[in-house]
Amino acid sequence: MQLALINLNHPAHYISFGPFAISVGNLIVILSMMAIFILALFLPFPHSQSGKKLKK
Amino acid sequence: MSGSWTGKVRRATLEKYKPEDLLPEEQPAYVASWIYIFGVATIAALVMLIASGLVLTLQGPSWWHTSSVGHYVNSVHLWSVELFFIFMVVHLWGKFWMAAWRGRRMATWITGVIAFVASIITAFTGYLIQTNFDSQWIASEAKDGFNSIGVGAFFNALNTGQAILLHVSLLPLALGVIVVWHIILVRKKGVVPPIDNDATIEGGWK
Repeated sequence: MQLALINLNHPAHYISFGPFAISVGNLIVILSMMAIFILALFLPFPHSQSGKKLKK
Repeated sequence: MSGSWTGKVRRATLEKYKPEDLLPEEQPAYVASWIYIFGVATIAALVMLIASGLVLTLQGPSWWHTSSVGHYVNSVHLWSVELFFIFMVVHLWGKFWMAAWRGRRMATWITGVIAFVASIITAFTGYLIQTNFDSQWIASEAKDGFNSIGVGAFFNALNTGQAILLHVSLLPLALGVIVVWHIILVRKKGVVPPIDNDATIEGGWK
């Protein structure tokens, strides 16, 4: 079997805030989605010739 | 003009769903933003999901558990799911904050909501058919959950055969239909304009 770049063969790490707990993996996914969302709002989009029409 | 039902259906369909709307060559200028790409990114991930799922279905559990290629295709299926949900949630956030139901696009919004829910149910049945200790543990926990809300007689999470059929046939078919419907509605109504765009006034808030 090929060795993985990151060893995931162990129980998940958890972060706890009082009664709330979240796995590090899930936290990374949620923070990544937020980062992608913010970047998508503010990063300039490469304009093309086809993007001129403004219809209703 | 023929009075046959085929002709009537064709004329009614072409009148309601114009080919130039369904397969446009241009998009409004406001679509030139990264926030508008996550719908099609979700569809791209769905295509990868279906393709890798078909291979897994053809080869079977003993293949994806033991062979290197099986591990690879299994991983492609997993990461396609991850990207599918990440793109879909960012698409949802984007459409929520631009109030994408404006301009008589309520049906588009609702089909998107149904597609999201159907995707989650499909993913849950995918957990059940990994055929490993993880799926056994999830099935036994889910069984208790279903019994606690009184639906255990209708759906038994420990029934792997039922979960397989739901995951590879019924739910993908339902999801596929709703996604196609969603895309047709997006094409028919057009991509929702920004909130401060004058074009939104014409369609009204419905």
